[in-house]
Amino acid sequence: MASVTAAPEVMVTADGTPLKVSLHRALRRNKIRAFLLVLPLLAFLGFTFLWPIGVMMFRSVENSLVSTVMYRTVPLLAQWDETTGDLPDEAVFEALVQDVTEGFKNRTIGKVGTRLNYEEPGMSSIFRTSPKKFKKITEGPYKEKVIEAHKGWGDVDKWRLIKREGRPFTSSYYLAAIDRKLDNLGSITSQPAERQIYVKLFIRTLWMSALITGLCLLLGFPISFLLATLPTKTSNLLMILVLLPFWTSLLVRTTSWIAILQQHGVINDILVAIGLVSDDARLGMIHNQIGTVVAMTHILLPFMVLPLYSVMKTIPPSYMRAARSLGANPALAFWRVYMPQTVPGIGAGGILVFIIAIGYYITPALVGGTKGTLISNFIDYHMRVSLNWGLAAALGIILLGLILFLYIIYDRVVGIDNMKLG
Amino acid sequence: MKSLLNTTSIVAAGVLAVGLAASQPALAETDLVVVSWGGAYSASQQKAYHDPYMAANPGIKILNDDSASEGLSKLRAMDEAGNVTWDLVDMVASDAIIACDEGLVLEIDPDTDLAAAPDGTPASEDFFEGMLSPGGSNCFIPQIVYSTTFGYRTDKFEGGGPTSINDVFDLEKFPGKRSLEKKPIGNLEWALIADGVDPSQVYEVLSTPEGVDQAFAKLDTIKDSVVWWTKGAQPTQLLADGEVSIASAYNGRLFSAIEEEKQPIGMMWDWQVFDIDGWVIPAGGKNIDEVKKFVKYATDTQRLADQAKYISYGPTRHSSAPLVSTHADLGIEMAPHMPTDPENAKTTLLFNYEWWADHRAELDERFQAWLAN
Repeated sequence: MASVTAAPEVMVTADGTPLKVSLHRALRRNKIRAFLLVLPLLAFLGFTFLWPIGVMMFRSVENSLVSTVMYRTVPLLAQWDETTGDLPDEAVFEALVQDVTEGFKNRTIGKVGTRLNYEEPGMSSIFRTSPKKFKKITEGPYKEKVIEAHKGWGDVDKWRLIKREGRPFTSSYYLAAIDRKLDNLGSITSQPAERQIYVKLFIRTLWMSALITGLCLLLGFPISFLLATLPTKTSNLLMILVLLPFWTSLLVRTTSWIAILQQHGVINDILVAIGLVSDDARLGMIHNQIGTVVAMTHILLPFMVLPLYSVMKTIPPSYMRAARSLGANPALAFWRVYMPQTVPGIGAGGILVFIIAIGYYITPALVGGTKGTLISNFIDYHMRVSLNWGLAAALGIILLGLILFLYIIYDRVVGIDNMKLG
Repeated sequence: MKSLLNTTSIVAAGVLAVGLAASQPALAETDLVVVSWGGAYSASQQKAYHDPYMAANPGIKILNDDSASEGLSKLRAMDEAGNVTWDLVDMVASDAIIACDEGLVLEIDPDTDLAAAPDGTPASEDFFEGMLSPGGSNCFIPQIVYSTTFGYRTDKFEGGGPTSINDVFDLEKFPGKRSLEKKPIGNLEWALIADGVDPSQVYEVLSTPEGVDQAFAKLDTIKDSVVWWTKGAQPTQLLADGEVSIASAYNGRLFSAIEEEKQPIGMMWDWQVFDIDGWVIPAGGKNIDEVKKFVKYATDTQRLADQAKYISYGPTRHSSAPLVSTHADLGIEMAPHMPTDPENAKTTLLFNYEWWADHRAELDERFQAWLAN
């Protein structure tokens, strides 16, 4: 045998290319084809997901407004030593008058006032009243006249603030999002007690979401069990009962809860009619945390039921029977044999409900009153009403980070491979 | 462009809608989006201004948008996005000052943009003093004088309803839920007056940090009993449903709930807060010429007086005042229902819109934090 083999012959295809090369080519072609097939999806994800998140991250630190509008003052301020406690020199005041006057003409100075007002209350009124008074200032000495026009300009802290926020990037939105701020000399301090709100809201959002997830599990588990064990005909009917509200408009479901829970709503009327509650002591079940928890549990329940059901459906009933025949009582058989197999469903449902709950805002806005609102309602408030988009972005990023952090913890403790949607 | 569309529409006969719209250029419609407060107020504007104007100008279609309560912030957002879809926005004076300062709305010249009185008095002299230029801005087109005051359920209080602002804050004598506007404006002033501050000193006190603390501390005493409203139609609805016993509301809304809908609601005028409401024209709107024509029409002497036939708000022109007569449907005399009627105006607080333009931002923020805590 050994005499037959010469140098190992390279295997070639019909046209003479080595088989190895040809195989590589074919594989590469397939890879490219596969890539081209997912390219639309990747582009879509990039456009609708990565890009907006990138923009949001940028918004949360971006700070070009002050330096753009006050383009004369800000560079001059860079040379000013803010630690001495002296006011900036004459040239800065002259630049200020020019910047404010020009900004007033272009209608941009008001925005600077609004921006600086986020850091220190009162700044917007200084910027609102100054331009009209600056009109009279045509020549030096600028310093005196500017301070005369508004005494706020004689306050070193205001100048420190303008210098700090004249930088192109800022950490102040993130600090504000955790109830902190930079003091006059740039070190981090707490916000005054009456302005502290976001940490509390983050905590409230977390525990309320956890509570809602727990309630969904408590209610969803028996339903799913029933759905998975009943004969198909009955379980299909029940499934429609689960899905029907799922397909109903969110607003309709939320407003129905208002009709049910309000002071003159269905439940209170019944309780009063049967004499359990007196007419002037009707229960407050809406516009508070109870309202949020009840309505959100109802709305998110299908997200728990569906993964649980599809996991339970795959558990063969013979396992339970085997456990019983080996001597386990029903409770033990359920606990030791059935339950462990539903963990992937519990994990999937729990994560779905929790993550949806943590970012929910329509329902809490409608039924949460003031105590049942979540952090997302404040993101919404800053997006739509106060238009402090930087702060909204910072709150959003923190929320995103929080969810990723919890996800990683979940992965460590339970293992994400253990999750099954069906 | 139109001829191109015409040709296309002939070719693409299947695209019926496009064909219809483009083949009748004579009736090309201009849609004017007018933002207002909704409910009874929008209805009164519809009857007094929009309907007669559309009847006289078949090419114009006026669309109502009820988001005036978020007018300023939405306008800012539109400006930021570079797509202004509104043509005319109803605003209170304090918001109009800010919008004007930020360049969001157009400045107007009263004598050319607004109609003169029938006797020839130019608009700049016919409108009440100072109303055309609140806070030194020149963008505001005043329509009505209104007040924010209180309504209460007449069937809830056996010994008679509340008669003073102190009663609103007195949960023992007048138990039941309150409804207040979800804004610091007005509420802080009332809290201070109810706390014993001299009403003429309210804004001086509010200018100090202690004064603000005092106002919030007073509001704290009823905070748990308050349902907050954001849209003008809500408080009267909450009263009608019996959800609350006392509610702050615009006086015209209370009028229509009491007189038109015959709800068991009473008025409490003590320390009603006067304010003016009007229009601003967004800069960057798409139909500025058309909307200016509409504004000139809608703020003339007769039209402003007409609005008072449908809702109990006072017109802002001297020449309109004598024309205010009876309600269009009910036939009742409107004068006793006006906030300015001497019987109603025994104690009034003149809303200081300049002060609020300066302090709005920080107090809004503090108010939101206070609410959530």
